[in-house]
Amino acid sequence: MNEYNFAYLDEQTKRMIRRAILKGLAVPGYQVPFASREMPMPYGWGTGGVQVSAATLTPDDTFKVIDQGADDTTNAVSIRKFFENTAGVETTEETEKATVIQTRHRIPEAKLREDQIIVYQVPIPEPLRFLEPRETETRKMHSLEEYGLMHVKLYEDISQHGAISTSYAYPVMVSDRYVMDPSPIPKFDNPKLEMDAIQLFGAGREQRIYAVPPHTKVVSLDFEDYPFEATKADHPCDLCGAEDSYLDEVIMDDAGNRMFVCSDTDYCRSRREAGHKGRLAEENAA
Amino acid sequence: MSVQTQFSGGFQNAPVQAAHAFRAAMTVMARPGEIRELNGGQPPEPLSVAAGTLLLTLCDPDTKVHLAGATNTDAVREWLTFHTGAHLAQAPEADFAVGTWAELGSLRTYRIGTAEYPDRSATLIVECDDLQQTGAELRGPGIKGTARLNLPDVPALQANAALYPLGRDFFFTCGDQVAALPRSTQISAGA
Repeated sequence: MNEYNFAYLDEQTKRMIRRAILKGLAVPGYQVPFASREMPMPYGWGTGGVQVSAATLTPDDTFKVIDQGADDTTNAVSIRKFFENTAGVETTEETEKATVIQTRHRIPEAKLREDQIIVYQVPIPEPLRFLEPRETETRKMHSLEEYGLMHVKLYEDISQHGAISTSYAYPVMVSDRYVMDPSPIPKFDNPKLEMDAIQLFGAGREQRIYAVPPHTKVVSLDFEDYPFEATKADHPCDLCGAEDSYLDEVIMDDAGNRMFVCSDTDYCRSRREAGHKGRLAEENAA
Repeated sequence: MSVQTQFSGGFQNAPVQAAHAFRAAMTVMARPGEIRELNGGQPPEPLSVAAGTLLLTLCDPDTKVHLAGATNTDAVREWLTFHTGAHLAQAPEADFAVGTWAELGSLRTYRIGTAEYPDRSATLIVECDDLQQTGAELRGPGIKGTARLNLPDVPALQANAALYPLGRDFFFTCGDQVAALPRSTQISAGA
């Protein structure tokens, strides 16, 4: 433990990240450039989130990491171990007990509290990037609040598919000013972006940090006649029976059998421990 | 207590104390109107503990600091330079400025960022006689409904908020207390 500075990064790097976080909170949804460091994990594995977490953690924190809602997948396990080793913080899989939660592509089902902080790992922070590849142009579009192109993209979805087919990384308008990429969370999670906790977003490869303070207005872009819809698979969870949680589809065999399970493993576990049962609960109870 | 010198009054355990100090600073910036305790540094007079701790937490050789009015003493300059390596600067170039509201002078002298990079703006650390959740009514990001904070100069801060997304951001310090006001907060004079 003593081989590392607390939370791995050197103090000057943390100060630089902390200044970026403060400016990000002052201008919600605006992407603040920062000098992202090489981390001991490859880009795409949450280097942005890890740097934001490192600058945010104190030794008193309890840290939780989820990857697509799960606490036990490779990415989540390795980041949790990283901070156990370098920061010596307590870790947990229980959403309620965590004070800082780093997440890849999900917001936990349990409502987050005032005293919690959620850190998102972001691959492409620029919502306009696939519409306009030049950074100089997208920066100008944000400065002029020129977001017509994004509405054209959603309109083309409707003209081709009859509905807005964008299902994750669904663009949002933050505090009536900046269009923001909420990271590739399913659009099911978009309504939760207006929450009591502080939300921080880190993109390591793209070197951007942005933030949404608590109780900030976050509106998913849509049209009057095609309003935004938070969708999920139309099933209850096969393990815990939850009808209100986001589900993963799991292929069971080569005969077409499948099951749907909560993507939030902690939510599913706590429901099963409380006695809730889904369709396949018995044979899966270990 | 030993005599204050430029070498004393820094963090005893920088990584941990800076982490706690930043969490307090981040919490108040994310929740305008909230008041938190902020300590760890022991800056020379006339800097408050909270203002000194903020400087230790956020300033380094990459930042320019403007010491306004009575804060611009040999003791403060030497202390700041020794502990942070920050460069001293005049108001128009400053990333951070510290002083009382009167000493900081016209807000217009401080950077507001550019349309494409609104983050390139000054953060002002305003030393106050007291911090109370009374007075001006605040609304906006980070605030559930409304909040209140005794602001030093409502019209000037309203003008700053009107520049949004440009504008300066503020920390208000008093002893070991800190509150903040980002540019995103809408202010009304309050009853």
